[in-house]
Amino acid sequence: MSFFTFFNKHLRAFLLQELLQGMWLTLRSMFRPKHTLNYPYEKGPLSPRFRGEHALRRYPNGEERCIACKLCEAVCPAQAITIDSEPRDDGSRRATRYDIDMTKCIYCGLCQEACPVDAIVQGPNFEFATETREELFYDKQKLLDNGDRWEEALAANLKRDAPYR
Amino acid sequence: MVKVLVDDTEQECEEGMTVLQACEQAGVEIPHFCYHDRLSIAGNCRMCLVEVSPGPPKPQASCALPISEGMAITTDSPSLRAARKGVMEFLLINHPLDCPICDQGGECDLQDQALAYGFERGRFVENKRSVGEKFMGPLVKTVMTRCIHCTRCVRFANEVAGVDTIGMLGRGEDVEITTLEQTLDSELSGNVIDLCPVGALTAKPSAFRARSWEVDKTFGIDVMDAVGSNIRIDSKDGRVLRILPRLHEDVNEEWLSDKARFSCDGLTRQRLDQPYVRKEGKLQAVEWQEALALVAQKTRQARARCAALAGNHCDLESLYALKKLLQGQGSQMFDARQGGAQFDPSLRGGYLFNTTIARVAEVDALLIVGANPREDAPTLNARVRQAWLHGKLRRAYGVGVRCDLTYPCHWLDDKPQRLLKIAAGKDGVFETLSMAKRPMLMVGYDALERSDGKEIWRLCGAIAEKAKMVREDWNGFNLLHRSASAVGASELGFNRGLEGVQSLLVAMAKGCVDVTFVMEADDFDTEALDRCFTVYIGHHGERTAQVADVILPSAAYTEKSGTWINMEGRVQRGFAAVSPPGKAQASWRILRALSETLGAAPAWNDLQGLRENLTKEHPELGEQDRPLKAAWTSLGKAGALREEAIVARCDNYYMTDPVSRASETMSACTRTRRELRTAASRTSASQASRP
Repeated sequence: MSFFTFFNKHLRAFLLQELLQGMWLTLRSMFRPKHTLNYPYEKGPLSPRFRGEHALRRYPNGEERCIACKLCEAVCPAQAITIDSEPRDDGSRRATRYDIDMTKCIYCGLCQEACPVDAIVQGPNFEFATETREELFYDKQKLLDNGDRWEEALAANLKRDAPYR
Repeated sequence: MVKVLVDDTEQECEEGMTVLQACEQAGVEIPHFCYHDRLSIAGNCRMCLVEVSPGPPKPQASCALPISEGMAITTDSPSLRAARKGVMEFLLINHPLDCPICDQGGECDLQDQALAYGFERGRFVENKRSVGEKFMGPLVKTVMTRCIHCTRCVRFANEVAGVDTIGMLGRGEDVEITTLEQTLDSELSGNVIDLCPVGALTAKPSAFRARSWEVDKTFGIDVMDAVGSNIRIDSKDGRVLRILPRLHEDVNEEWLSDKARFSCDGLTRQRLDQPYVRKEGKLQAVEWQEALALVAQKTRQARARCAALAGNHCDLESLYALKKLLQGQGSQMFDARQGGAQFDPSLRGGYLFNTTIARVAEVDALLIVGANPREDAPTLNARVRQAWLHGKLRRAYGVGVRCDLTYPCHWLDDKPQRLLKIAAGKDGVFETLSMAKRPMLMVGYDALERSDGKEIWRLCGAIAEKAKMVREDWNGFNLLHRSASAVGASELGFNRGLEGVQSLLVAMAKGCVDVTFVMEADDFDTEALDRCFTVYIGHHGERTAQVADVILPSAAYTEKSGTWINMEGRVQRGFAAVSPPGKAQASWRILRALSETLGAAPAWNDLQGLRENLTKEHPELGEQDRPLKAAWTSLGKAGALREEAIVARCDNYYMTDPVSRASETMSACTRTRRELRTAASRTSASQASRP
């Protein structure tokens, strides 16, 4: 090591150059827009294709969309969906049971791709952590309630994504 | 033989074959909808297009084109693909896009072929046609908008089922398949569901309940009649959902009777799911040990004063186990003829359907004695009808209850005395039978279940001998069984102890019986069981269970692996599709446990061991799926006959056993048929009263 490099290194250390560089970065960042969000009070933007919690939708007249065709059950790679069907009193094909095991689900979105009537969808909600495992075994009522709760967002997302399908 | 070229490979075909058949023989798949092996050729779907040379320079419908020497057939070319796409597009013009709610979805010819041969998009923007639903009875659900007018159902009804209730109305776009709001009055009506290549005709009882891909498919044997139809049991979540026929050319072809197909919902109703013991006049649920201990104690006391009666559904294994148990006690009182059919179970030639089911198609003269083959064995009757349709069957005579057999039958008399005249060889009927090349005699349970049944049976044997029905290459003497266990029980010697249920009832009345084992038998005079300690081994809480002292719940035919012998002596095995409900067990297992409790445990511990023992004792039953050989022996000299008309022993085809009596579908069928008969008699009455 030459004398010059030895002197340079110790001068920089003595004058706290690296520290000042770091503080300069901090100072600059203080005046830049923030990257962090104050979750849960603030949330980031989500794509209309975001695959969050499942919901079963209804038609505007209140009739449930699901016709128990079982395509989602067949396509589900995690085999998380279980459907039982029966003819309803009016002769239409309806699901008497629509269960999703959310602990099995891998959120691949194939169920909503398979659905011919846009009944099962994955909505924008990702905050459905529970305290017990059992709460994650969704039944038809839970999914329909989800659909009712999120319908506005779900419909808007479907509409936004429609041109690209 | 004719030589043709199928896609440049030479193929030798029989004369008279169609181009489509030649292609199939060559292993080339030709898409088609209206063509069906067992129906006449319609040629109206236009899907089976091929190019032939020499011939016109346009695609030809291969199903209706006979082959000729040196014909070159092209089955795949760009122009053919375009033509098929065009046909498919036209078929789909009026076909709704409702596959997600269609029960045929997943097993639909139109779906499959649209994927393989169709055009990827629809270009039809106009309104689709829609057709109202038609009523076809309680079994067939119709969504006529889906119909592509292949007319398979019409042809099936006309040709195989022999009822003319389905037809086609209108022309062009207005064409409709209709029954004119009548139910399909046939025992084979369920087959139109399998035949329909689209979802226009689907099964009503299992509508919307499952998809074809999610059911477990198990091969079984039907026990609703003695034909031994090969079936596929579709189950889901431990429940039998539907039963479909399995192709067996020599037994049921690809047809299945309605009772076999639709009575499966009775398997979930009125089931016995745990052992019961009668305490202070009331049946109380108990554990297996307690029930078995009680039965063992009573059996030990009774020793040789035990008797057994087996029902129509029993498999060979259970019958064998029951026989061994009784023989172990020194008793020979067992029988599997709960209707009391009289025949000698030691003469195999006398109780088999000797002609074999497949050769029924060759019959040219037929004498039916006390049977209604249309109800006793619908698939067999369809074969007789085929013989008649193809011009082979010239004359059919009947002695017994007049009924519509779907082919002309000359009903001679309902008194068995008419047989004496035939046996004497003095009348025209005898002459026709003895002149015929392939004469056949079918004697059924309506005649055999009379008290002089054995005499009628012997008389039939005498007629068969005298009319030379039994020859080197042909045996025309047939017993048309109603019970699926009858031949099996006779083979095992289970029928030799007693002479039908009557002799058991006599023995009971005399007080010779202390303990009676009743295995799956409910159709006899159960009141007589009051006299003795009754153990019911069965699956439905019905007549016998009402009077039984101990109930040991057993598995029904879909819940156990078992062997059955059909009426022509064909040993066939079925497998368990679902597990029995609750604590119920297969009957052979119950009997094994009971033998052990008695301290006389048999040498076998499992089904395999039981079967090995059984085949060691009866080596001829080890070979499966081949009719048993029976040498003809004289049935003996007939005694006196009673001066009484033969009456129908079974008045309702749809309800003949505990399973079908518990079935909701069968009761709906019964209701519909009754309404139909009442309406028919009212119409005929009003016509008669008209001046």
